[in-house]
Amino acid sequence: MDIEGRQVLEMGYAGAERLTMNMGPQHPSSHGVFRAILTLEGETVVAVDAVIGYLHRCHEKLSETLTYTQYPSIASKTDYVAAMTSELAYVRAAEMVGKIDVPKRAQYLRVIAAELQRVASHCLWLGTWCLDMGGALGGGATVFLYCIREREDVLDLFESLTGARLLYGFHQVGGTRYDIPAGWAQKCRATVDKIDGRINEFEAMLESNAFFMARTQGVGTVSRELAQEVGISGPLIRGSGVNYDIRRAEPYSSYEDFDFKVPVETAGDCFARYRVRMIEFRESIKIVRQALDGLPEGPISSRPGVKSVGQVRIPKGEAYARVEGARGEVGCYLIADGSAKPYRMKWRGASFSNLAVLPHIIPGHKVADVVAIMGSVDPVFGEVDR
Amino acid sequence: MLTHTQARPLIQERLGLAASGEGPLLVVEAPPDQWLALGRFAKAELGCGYLSFVSAVDWKEQGLEVVARVENLEAGFALMMKCKLGAGETRCVSLVPVWRGADWMERECYDMFGVRFEGHPDLRRILLPHDWEGHPLLKSYAVDTPHPPYR
Amino acid sequence: MPSALYAFVVGFIVLNAVVGMVTYVTLLERKFAARMQSRIGPYRVGPHGLLQPIADALKLMMKEDVVPRLADRAVYNLAPIVFLVPCMLIFATLPFAPGLGVADLNIGILFFLAVSAMEIVGLFMGGWGSNNKYALLSAMRAVNQIISYDLPFLFIALVPVLLTGSLKLSDIAAAQPDVLHWFIFYPVIGQLAFIAYIVATLAAENRVPFDILEAESELVAGFRVEYSGMKFALIQLGEYAHMIATSFLGALLFLGAWDGPGAAGSPWLGAFYFLLKAMFVFLLVTWIRWSFVRIRVDQILAISWKLLMPVALLLLMATAVVVTWNGPVGG
Repeated sequence: MDIEGRQVLEMGYAGAERLTMNMGPQHPSSHGVFRAILTLEGETVVAVDAVIGYLHRCHEKLSETLTYTQYPSIASKTDYVAAMTSELAYVRAAEMVGKIDVPKRAQYLRVIAAELQRVASHCLWLGTWCLDMGGALGGGATVFLYCIREREDVLDLFESLTGARLLYGFHQVGGTRYDIPAGWAQKCRATVDKIDGRINEFEAMLESNAFFMARTQGVGTVSRELAQEVGISGPLIRGSGVNYDIRRAEPYSSYEDFDFKVPVETAGDCFARYRVRMIEFRESIKIVRQALDGLPEGPISSRPGVKSVGQVRIPKGEAYARVEGARGEVGCYLIADGSAKPYRMKWRGASFSNLAVLPHIIPGHKVADVVAIMGSVDPVFGEVDR
Repeated sequence: MLTHTQARPLIQERLGLAASGEGPLLVVEAPPDQWLALGRFAKAELGCGYLSFVSAVDWKEQGLEVVARVENLEAGFALMMKCKLGAGETRCVSLVPVWRGADWMERECYDMFGVRFEGHPDLRRILLPHDWEGHPLLKSYAVDTPHPPYR
Repeated sequence: MPSALYAFVVGFIVLNAVVGMVTYVTLLERKFAARMQSRIGPYRVGPHGLLQPIADALKLMMKEDVVPRLADRAVYNLAPIVFLVPCMLIFATLPFAPGLGVADLNIGILFFLAVSAMEIVGLFMGGWGSNNKYALLSAMRAVNQIISYDLPFLFIALVPVLLTGSLKLSDIAAAQPDVLHWFIFYPVIGQLAFIAYIVATLAAENRVPFDILEAESELVAGFRVEYSGMKFALIQLGEYAHMIATSFLGALLFLGAWDGPGAAGSPWLGAFYFLLKAMFVFLLVTWIRWSFVRIRVDQILAISWKLLMPVALLLLMATAVVVTWNGPVGG
């Protein structure tokens, strides 16, 4: 039954009636298909039951039937908003188990792709968050359209790189599949410079807005202990004061060559998470510039091009590879058995753990805050449900 | 601050379990009756406050194995806890009293593998509809198992 | 022409003019908003989208009228009408130029404010009759908000009344004979009252940042969620008509109504200036709407009772003191 098992916060509101309201799978602000069964006393939420699974496609079973060359294109469909980092987790896991080297040029290309993807993903986050808070007919739509305009420029870059705007198939075991075409580096620098200037505009527009501050400060506070116990990661955990970024903790793909700052805020509320992501915009742009400057010559893959689906065989072993995705720690726990297909592959989705914090922090807030908190958690349901 | 080199002998001495794995990754295999003790030890003594994931693996004839990964973010090491449940056995102790995040992850294990976690506050299916029959990630569950009305 | 027939004809003309203005004001808003968002807005239907409102009206007329099975039919069906009628009725008291108006009542502004507050009844009927939790939540918020903001709205609107010494709308307009005497330029009190008026208008009209009751991203159209077709069109009509009426009132109270170069000679030119000023107030409100995120209902109520209400009362008292000192402006 749906109603059992919710953590109910006793408000001591004598004589009030509780209303059960469904913020249903079809809802403009649920960022995808998500159902929250809210128990309300007046305007205050006293319990939340989060129902997920509307987008469940059982990637983990699917990966057991697809080979290591077939699956990376499918891996992008978990976190479809930040597809580059999803693919990277899978191919890194296969490379860790099979002890396959990745050439330096491929590592730098992966870094450029991942950081550009982070910029595009945060553009979408900011736009949809303001859209939720401001309304589709209102100030939110204005910010949304501005952010989408910037995101489209990044997606144009990806289109000239891989041929696809949203789901790429850029990574393969041993390196990357495509190299940057002629003139791409100049276009990339120009786009990144333009976005850098525009971010200043967005910040000025939002932070001088008293209403925005009133809606986000003090709302949805996550404590350090709760953050670690639930396993949230990415901008959420850094907004709660824990300095944990996988690019620093366990550098992969040459991240140790780059100089960038990891933003940490201690307040733990929506505004802190917003500040973390705004700084991450700029740091990602810095990394892209450094990677383009230092891009070495060389092959883009240590394995030959794909000629047959079963050509990659990973010997027996297991490994857990994680990357710092736009939403947090995206991980792939792979158990290989020597054939061309994995024995078991587990996706550790960042949004799954991030969303699990909602029943702990929402009770006590108003209905309008539910939307603001969900937006700042920034779930992508491909990752939650897999 | 405890480092991973100090953690290894500590696990051996307190719980009698050997820690394999290299460097900052410790892999400990615990029998089912020591699962919760290992969890509590990891959180309290080793400082592993961050729960990364809890999942399971189906080893066909040898039965199911529950895998959990926890990390100590300050010291920078990770502990991979594994528990072989034994052939035909589906019960395991829940880690929810130690890490609150194990709630949804154990529900997913139950949903996909049929592992019943004792002590879990609310064990029900999370990703599949509540009336689904079978546990899809088991090796005995064919990829194209029909479930009307879905195809 | 017997006066009853005359009144009927004039009323009919004004009503049609209002409906026409409302439909084209939606286009104005869409174009204005589009330019703010670096896009163009309606463009295809007719030259530069000028036939878009007509296309929308035709579409709404042709839509199927869906009534939820468990809705309270009488309440549900009457709600759009109860909502629309007060919004149209207030145009009767507005003098568009000296001598050009339907009914220039002695208690003009009082009638305006009292009748315009009656839309709350229609709003709540819509929320209740829909038998929908979202609609009910929205209706609850609406009653809260509109009642909280109609009071400061009333007090702010009384500032020009005090300055003039009369409740008659044409007197208030006549007390602003040239630009320097527009009430918005009255030292300190005029500017503060105008700003407070804009804030109160935003809230009384359920415009962002105070549109918590429709909140598309939470309550998905609020109390209107179960309405489709012509009933929805009536509700939209009522909302925009109310919006324009308060814009006209703002222009009359603060911006000198029909005053402008050459208006003394020709009442139609005065009416044209009045329209321009009303559109200015409307666009100011629209500009704010498309720039801000909305705030929560408890914050809205806090602003009303803790900020706007004391400010309105203080302004009123200050105006009273000034008027006693200097005497009323104009006859």
